Amino acid sequence: MERISINPITRLEGHGEIEIFLDEAGNVSRAYLQIPELRGFEKFAQGRPAEEMPRITPRICGVCPTAHHMASVKCLDALFQVQPPPAAKKIRELFYNMFMFEDHLLHFYYLGGPDFIVGPTAPKAERNILGVIGKVGLEIAKDLIATRRAVRELMTEIGGKVIHPVFGLPGGISKSPKKDTLEKLKTVARKALDFARFTLKAFHEIVLANPRYLELITSQPYYLKTNYMGLVDEKNRVSFYDGEVRIVGVDGKEIGRFSGIDYLNHIAEHVEPWTYIKFPYLKKIGWKGFVDGDGTSIYRVAPLARLNVSDGMKTPEAQEEYERFYETLGEKPVHHTLAYHWARVIEVLQSAERMVELSSDPEIGSPEIRNLDLKTPREGVGIVEAPRGTLIHHYKTDEKGIIQEANLIVATVANGASMNINIDRVARATIKEGKVDEGILNLVEMAFRAYDPCFACATHSLPGGFPIKIKVFDKSGQKVKELSNL
Amino acid sequence: MPDKPWVAFYWCASCGGCEEAVVDIGEKILEVVQAVNIGFWPVAMDFKREDVEKKPEGFFVASFINGGVRTSEQEDMVKLLRRKSKLIFAFGSCSHLGGIPGLANLYSRNEILNYVYKESPSTDNSQNIFPLTSFEDNGYALHLPEFYDRVYSLDQVIPVDYYIPGCAPPPDIVTGALEALIEGNLPEKGSVLSPNKALCSTCPLNETKPEKLLIRQLKRPHEVQADPDKCFLTQGLLCMGPATRTGCGERCIKAGMPCRGCFGPLDNVLDQGLSMLSALASILDFSPEELSKLEETLEACPDPAGTLYRFSLPASIVKEKRRK
Amino acid sequence: MYEPKIIAFFCNWCTYTAADLAGVSRMQYAPNVRIVRVMCSGRVDPELVIKAFDLGADGVLIGGCHPGDCHYQNGNHKTLRRYLLLKKLLPQVGIEPERLRLEWISASEGEKVRRVCNEFTEELKKMGPLKKEVKNA
Ligand code: SF4
Ligand code: SF4
Ligand code: SF4
Ligand code: FES
Repeated sequence: MERISINPITRLEGHGEIEIFLDEAGNVSRAYLQIPELRGFEKFAQGRPAEEMPRITPRICGVCPTAHHMASVKCLDALFQVQPPPAAKKIRELFYNMFMFEDHLLHFYYLGGPDFIVGPTAPKAERNILGVIGKVGLEIAKDLIATRRAVRELMTEIGGKVIHPVFGLPGGISKSPKKDTLEKLKTVARKALDFARFTLKAFHEIVLANPRYLELITSQPYYLKTNYMGLVDEKNRVSFYDGEVRIVGVDGKEIGRFSGIDYLNHIAEHVEPWTYIKFPYLKKIGWKGFVDGDGTSIYRVAPLARLNVSDGMKTPEAQEEYERFYETLGEKPVHHTLAYHWARVIEVLQSAERMVELSSDPEIGSPEIRNLDLKTPREGVGIVEAPRGTLIHHYKTDEKGIIQEANLIVATVANGASMNINIDRVARATIKEGKVDEGILNLVEMAFRAYDPCFACATHSLPGGFPIKIKVFDKSGQKVKELSNL
Repeated sequence: MPDKPWVAFYWCASCGGCEEAVVDIGEKILEVVQAVNIGFWPVAMDFKREDVEKKPEGFFVASFINGGVRTSEQEDMVKLLRRKSKLIFAFGSCSHLGGIPGLANLYSRNEILNYVYKESPSTDNSQNIFPLTSFEDNGYALHLPEFYDRVYSLDQVIPVDYYIPGCAPPPDIVTGALEALIEGNLPEKGSVLSPNKALCSTCPLNETKPEKLLIRQLKRPHEVQADPDKCFLTQGLLCMGPATRTGCGERCIKAGMPCRGCFGPLDNVLDQGLSMLSALASILDFSPEELSKLEETLEACPDPAGTLYRFSLPASIVKEKRRK
Repeated sequence: MYEPKIIAFFCNWCTYTAADLAGVSRMQYAPNVRIVRVMCSGRVDPELVIKAFDLGADGVLIGGCHPGDCHYQNGNHKTLRRYLLLKKLLPQVGIEPERLRLEWISASEGEKVRRVCNEFTEELKKMGPLKKEVKNA
């Protein structure tokens, strides 16, 4: 009997690790993905003034602070029962699409992309952004850096800070963007769209044109039959900033739909003793354990889920690609975990198209950015689609707006159960009778990257590696083998 | 590259924003890599504790540590890095002062666990399951780290040589610190690496603030549409500018929002929150005869602990909520 | 038996003189009070108050001139405003607001010093010691 530990990003910093247990025969008995982190935002929100929450909750995650800021601000709209004026709404949505664009792009090029662009079997030293640069050319890499920088600079001008924005208030935003910011935005949005188109083209040429990759995408360890959840607009199209949450079952049929406080009728969270994250599941089905397939209560979120719950995209070019996506993969919902990457690129396109639409909307220049007609607060819920999935903020306050209770359902945890199953599946495929196939490293790594989990979020950095080590221990706890992807 | 000096990066209870802040210095990072070797950076590179252990004392010229300290594992690691580093830089508000996650010090660990795993409205935990530091499955034990009862700033755990302020630190502050290190012109040890002046003194709205500011009203940010071109404090909106060190580029102010103090206090100020409390007491223009009016006005400051200590509770004199 | 420790910041011109008077007149009052003389109650920085609690005080008493009598005109106005703000902060950080007390005591009110000190001591006895903070694990 052996014990295997896989420590993504090493064990030391305590942001996530994998343990795999084998049975007597040396086959996998159970795989665990542990998150050893808890900071207690939901508790220490109590006693804080509600209006400060958009400046507090972004510190849950420095990679998707904008998602928390926006969920929090929308929660305040609901709490104070106020509708922001159209200009404010559009600027928020524009800002949100800018965020989605740059975050997805970063993931695609630095983190998830290298596996495909450079190749899953390419030497490790090349499977990073530098390898990507080698493939797509230095000019493109420079373009990528310049486009992201331009977008992030404009986000700073509008939102105050790109890491932890501050501009959202109930009923609107704090300040109208300057004239020249809006002018620059138009240019940058068009550049962003060009870059999104290029990215899609590159994805087609490098990934989809390669039958080996398609085969990989549709291969067994990455097939997971779950329910899906995501925001849709009034026409059931993919929406990031606003809309209703739609849930579809393993067969793709709508099995739930909610907005606001109604989330409590659809989502419940399960606690396990071996990790600090909770596992959300579909309440009406009930917790069924870490299983997929018919009858499962596990749902997935993030790009693939958003496409699966919707009838189409919000923007024309993304819509074309959406159709290609389902045609090529031949089923809906698509249950292939690796299809997250493709879905993500389609979302990059939608966010860029939205940036162009919104930045040229004459209304965003309007000085009407606040509705001050606030009502007595009691309870509110704000929901957005974070890059990593449906994010819910729920606050209850006293009549002075002091938080009495806060509940947060964070996107990454919604995929937590699926990641556990995915890892289990990969482990079973690669560990037989105590023999560990070295391919496990790569397979696990790729399963992770597809989800873009937030505990790995900070690997959004040069050189874009995702270090994983597998240690094999014998019965007495002696290390007999060590595998590493570096 | 044996003669290039080695540096380390490490994160404790961090949100990841400080790691992004390093990436945000853009191509400057390439200049840094020209000048130093990065010998430890768990987020981006796979070096282990053992690798650090093997190095001689003082091997790293500097270690940059972000995030507050909340677990024994983190304490252990930063103590190890202290031994192996000539200089320790506390990177970002969490490490410098405890940061926003430090507001958790207003509650005990058990209050947090109970709320998160039992009381919160979407949690279904009729079986009373709580995460355990050690859990047996088929005879194999799974372990989770033990959380301390409170968050600590880095210098409450190990001696710190320099502080890089901000949540997250802006690129010019990060670059400035790295350049000073590489060029060997760091200031006196113990320094916070941004100018020792109040934010107000560099704030573009300072000219709209009267010489002797007195206010008769306090308002909460959501109650009004603030004039983004007029000093917020003058408008009755609590702004931490008077009690906060400058250097951030007045980022929040420029977006039309008052400062919340992420750059921390000025030199020789023991406690940023109390320094702001004192400043506020000075400008509230009420005499003892107007006691009830003053009390009414203070309703607009319903959460002094969470506002005045937004980023600095663990490092303040108060440190935490006293509890049984 | 638990004996509360009280740190008293008395303004030089009124309350400290009153305490002196109480002493000279051999008035008996609780020995729990350690007096710190300050030039004006307006000099009592909030840091001093919190530091006193941090270092083990169970109660902090601030004594100043009556409104209108402050030697520096309105030093005590500021004292009052700080006091109110501190009263809001203290319960949030687990210190009962009753552990902080502000009294206007003029130079001639030696008897008031005695009464206030005794009262405060009694109250603190009832409340018990201030909870200690968590020590490093
Ligand atoms: S200082 Fe701010 S950005 Fe840095 S880790 Fe702390 S919360 Fe995140
Ligand atoms: S109080 Fe705030 S807005 Fe006013 S000058 Fe100071 S920093 Fe600027
Ligand atoms: S204005 Fe204040 S809170 Fe905002 S970045 Fe500057 S120091 Fe930090
Ligand atoms: S001199 Fe006594 S309170 Fe100011």
